Amino acid sequence: MFRMKDRDEWSFQLVVNGLLLVVLLIIVIPLWRVIMTSVTPLDVYMRVGVPFFQWPGDWSFGAFQQMLSHPDFPRAALNSVIITVCGTAVSLTLTVPLAYALSTRTLPGRTVITAMILFTFLFHVGLIPTYLLVAKTLGWIDNMLAIIIPPAVGVTNVLVMRNFFEGIPDEIKEAARMDGANDLQVLLQVILPLSKPILLTIGLFYAVYYWNEFFTPILYLNDSDLMPLPVLLRNILIGQNFSEYVEYDVSRVASIESLKAAAVMLTMVPMIAVYPWIQRYFTKGTLVGGVKE
Amino acid sequence: MGQYVHRSTLATARVLSAPTRRALVPERLGRLAREMWKHRWLYLLLVPPLTYYVIFRYIPIYNAQIAFKDFRPLLGVEGSAWVGFEHFQTFFHSYYFTDLIVNTVVFSTGKLVLGMPVAIVLAIAIHESRFMFFRSLVQTVTYLPHFLSWVIMLGLLLGLLSPSSGMINEGIQAAGGQPIPFLTSPDWFRQVVISSDIWKDTGWSTILYLAALLGISPDLYEAAAVDGASRWRRIWHISLPGIVPVMVLITLLRLGNILDAGFNQIFILYSVPVYSVGDIIDTWVYRSMLDFQFSVGTAVGLFKGVFGLVLILVANQVAKRTANQSLF
Repeated sequence: MFRMKDRDEWSFQLVVNGLLLVVLLIIVIPLWRVIMTSVTPLDVYMRVGVPFFQWPGDWSFGAFQQMLSHPDFPRAALNSVIITVCGTAVSLTLTVPLAYALSTRTLPGRTVITAMILFTFLFHVGLIPTYLLVAKTLGWIDNMLAIIIPPAVGVTNVLVMRNFFEGIPDEIKEAARMDGANDLQVLLQVILPLSKPILLTIGLFYAVYYWNEFFTPILYLNDSDLMPLPVLLRNILIGQNFSEYVEYDVSRVASIESLKAAAVMLTMVPMIAVYPWIQRYFTKGTLVGGVKE
Repeated sequence: MGQYVHRSTLATARVLSAPTRRALVPERLGRLAREMWKHRWLYLLLVPPLTYYVIFRYIPIYNAQIAFKDFRPLLGVEGSAWVGFEHFQTFFHSYYFTDLIVNTVVFSTGKLVLGMPVAIVLAIAIHESRFMFFRSLVQTVTYLPHFLSWVIMLGLLLGLLSPSSGMINEGIQAAGGQPIPFLTSPDWFRQVVISSDIWKDTGWSTILYLAALLGISPDLYEAAAVDGASRWRRIWHISLPGIVPVMVLITLLRLGNILDAGFNQIFILYSVPVYSVGDIIDTWVYRSMLDFQFSVGTAVGLFKGVFGLVLILVANQVAKRTANQSLF
C-alpha cells in the first residue's frame, strides 16, 4: 500500500489519523447517545439514566412501539412521504427542462433567461411577500401545494444539472437531430437515458430538502392532520403538550426521554437509509480520493 | 459517457420523429427567427419553469412594494396607500435595530471564522491519511450530519445539553457542578449555535477543499520531499497555498451572505430567554408577520435583500480582481 520510510512518517500518520479519530468520535457520540436513549428500558432509566453502552440483548424497543401505535406518528410519516414524493417529482419536472434549455448554447435568449434566474438567487425580498402570494393570493392555507410548489426549483441544482448536460458531447445531440428528432425527443430519448447519475443525485437532494422541511408546514398548515414528521417531532421535543402526541402514561413502557429519542430515530432513519446512495454519487469523480499514486 | 446507448435510442427517435420542417420556415425571416424556430420545442419546454419563476420568484418581488406602503390586507398590495420610507426609518431608529444586526453578524461571521479553520484542518488530515478505508469512513460519517434537519439536530442537542438528562450536564453534575441550561441561557446560546453549526456542516464543507487538494500536482510534493522538506513543511508550503483560492472564494461568498445567520437553525433552537443574544433579522421578520406588521417586516426583509445583493456583487468583483475567480 505505502512504505513507512522512517520514524517521521510514522509519527506524522499517527498525528493525522489520531486527529481523524477524534473528529469521528465527535460526530458519532451525539448520534450514539440518541440511539442508546431510544433503546434504554424504563427500569434501567429509572435506576441509572442512560448508560453509555448497552448490549443489543438488553435493548428495549418499547419506545418505538409506543411511538408507532399512536395514530399521529404514522399519519405524519405518510404526510412526509406524500410531500417528499410529490415535491421531488414536481422539482425534477421543472428543473430538467430548464437545465436542458440553458445547456443549449445556440438557444436565442439563453443569457437573458440565465440572468433572470440568477437574479432571484442573489436577491431575496424575505418571507412576507411570498407569504402574501401563497396564503392570500393563491389561498393555499392548509394545502400541501404551499409546501410543494413554492420551493420547487433550486438555482444551484439547475446549474449543476446544466453543467452535466453541457458535458454531453454535442455530436450525440446533432446525430439525433440529423435523424429528424426534435429537441423534446432528444431530451427524452437521448439525454435523459445518459443522465441517470445526475437525475438521481439532484432528485435525492430535492427529496432530502422536502423530507427535512419544517418551517413552511408550520407557516401554511394549521390542520394537525396535515402535519409532516419534522413538525410532529418538534412538538414532541419541545413538548408543551407532550401527552397530545404520545400516550406515555397509559402503559409506561418507556421514559419520556426514550420516547423523544425514538421519535428522533424514526425521523432520521429514512435519511440514513438513503444516505449511502447519495454519498456514492457525490463522492464520484474527483472526490473519490486516493487518486494520486 | 457510454457508447452503448445511442444506437437503440436513435433508432427509436428516428421512428417517432416527424419529417424535418426546415422547409416550412419562411425564407424572409431572419437568422435569429430561424434559430428560434429551430428551438421551438425548447421554448415549449421552458414554459412551465419560467411560469414558475414569474409566479413564485417575481411576484414576491412585486409584492415587496408594501415595504413603502401602509399595507392593509383588505385593500391588498396595490390598493394600500404609499408612505415612502417610513417603515425603514422606524426600523433604523428602533431600539432593537442594533441588537438584530449585531446578533446576525455575530452568528454569520462566527460560523465562518471558527468553522473555516476546522474544515481546512480536517480536509488536510483526510488528504494526508494513508489508511484508505479509514479516511473514506471519516468522509462518510462527517458528511452525514449535513443531511439532517435542524429538528433532528434539536433532538441530538437535547440529548447532550438538556439540564435534566443531557450527557454533558450529567458529566458536569458528576464532577460536582451545577447543570447549565445551555439552550436557554444568554451566556451559552451563541456558543451552542455556532458549534452545532460547525458540527453539522464542517464535514460537508471539506469537499471543496479536498477537491482543491486533489488538484495539486503530486510532483510538487515529490520535489519537496527530495529537497528534504518535512511533512509539515510540505503542508505549509504546498497544501495551504493550493487551497487559498477556495478559502478566498468561500470567504467572499459568505461575506456576501453576512446577514444570513441561518434562519432554520435559530428558529428551532431559540426561545424568549435568549432573544437578547439570539434574535436575528429573519426571526424578527417572522415574528413581525405573526403580529400582522406586514409592511415593517417586508421593509426589513427588503433592506436585508438589497444589502445582500450589493455585498455579493462587490464580493464577486473582489474575487475577480484578487483570486481571478468569479462566484457566478
